[in-house]
Amino acid sequence: MAKAKLKEHRINRDWCKGCGICVELCPKKVLEMDAEEKSAAVRPEDCIACKLCEMRCPDLAIEIITEQDEK
Amino acid sequence: MALKDYIRERFFPHMWCAGCGHGTVLNSLLRAVEQLGLSKNEIVMVSGIGCSARISGYVDFHSLHTLHGRALAFATGVKLSKPELNVIVPMGDGDALAIGGNHFLHAARRNIGMTAIVMNNKIYGMTGGQFSPLTGIGGMATTAPYASIDRSFDVVEIAKAAGATYVARSTAFHAQECTKMIHDAILHDGFSVVEIMTQCPTYYGRKNKLGEAPDMIKRFKDITTPIGSKAKQENPDLIERGVFVEKNLPEYCAEYDKIIERAKGGA
Repeated sequence: MAKAKLKEHRINRDWCKGCGICVELCPKKVLEMDAEEKSAAVRPEDCIACKLCEMRCPDLAIEIITEQDEK
Repeated sequence: MALKDYIRERFFPHMWCAGCGHGTVLNSLLRAVEQLGLSKNEIVMVSGIGCSARISGYVDFHSLHTLHGRALAFATGVKLSKPELNVIVPMGDGDALAIGGNHFLHAARRNIGMTAIVMNNKIYGMTGGQFSPLTGIGGMATTAPYASIDRSFDVVEIAKAAGATYVARSTAFHAQECTKMIHDAILHDGFSVVEIMTQCPTYYGRKNKLGEAPDMIKRFKDITTPIGSKAKQENPDLIERGVFVEKNLPEYCAEYDKIIERAKGGA
C-alpha cells in the first residue's frame, strides 16, 4: 500500500472540547491548542497521516483527509 | 459509508466531558461497524444507565435506552426474537457489574450471541463520582474520601468464569486494538465481552490526582502490557491486554431454535 499523503486536517471546532489528547499524542507534534482552546494543525507539513488523532479523538472532531481518500 | 453516516449528528457535540474515554470507544465502535460493512438496520444498541449508556443515543442504529444494569436482559429479548440482528450492549463498570451483575453472569452463562462492551472508568461518573466495584483498594471517590477498602472485580476473570466465549481487554489509548476487538466480538457467534479501560478525568482523574485527560490516556500505555509479555513477568502489577478467550460453543438462540423444532416434531 502506498503511503498516505496528507491533504488536510478537518477539525470540527464546534465538536472539539479542547481536551488536548490529540496534541499530546501526535507523534509528530503537528497539532496545538489555539487561543480558543481548540485543536489546530499548526505544522501540517510534518503530518504523516497516521490518523492516530482521528482514531483517539473522543469528540469525533478530527478527520485526516489524505489524497487517497479523495480518489 | 463514512463514520458520520453512522451517528445522529443532531446530538453532537456529545454530552461527555472533555477528554472522556467513552468518546474514544464510540469512535472505535463506529470504525469497527464501518469495517464490517454492516447496514444500520442490522444493528441494535441496547444500553442501561450512566455516561457509557448514552452512547446508544449517538449512533444511528436501532437503539434502546433501558434500565440501570438491565440492558443485557432487554438485549436478550431483542436477540431471541430477532436472532439475525447484531446486538451490541455498551455498559459502564457499575452498570455491568454492580447493578447488572447478575444479568452479566447469566448472559455469559447462556452464551447468547451479543457483544457486551464494558467501558471501565472505575467510577460512577454521571451521578457524581461514587466508587464502583472496579474502583479497587486505595482508589479515591466522593463516597470514599479516605480511599476505598473494597477489592476490585476483574472484568475479564468474571467473564471467563461465567462462560463468555469471547473475552478481550484493551484501553482508550489503544484505539486501533479496540476497533479490532469490537470487530471480532461482533462477528463472534456467542457472548462476547470487550473491556475497554477509559479515563474519567472529571471524577476518577481528579479524585486520584492522575492529571488531565492526556495524562490519563497516556497512563494506560504504562500500566498495561500485551498478554504473556516479558514485562508482565517482571512487573506482575501490569494489566494484561489482548484476547483472553475465543472459543466456539453452542449459541443460545440456535439451541432455542432446536428446541422449537423438537417441540413441533413431538406434537
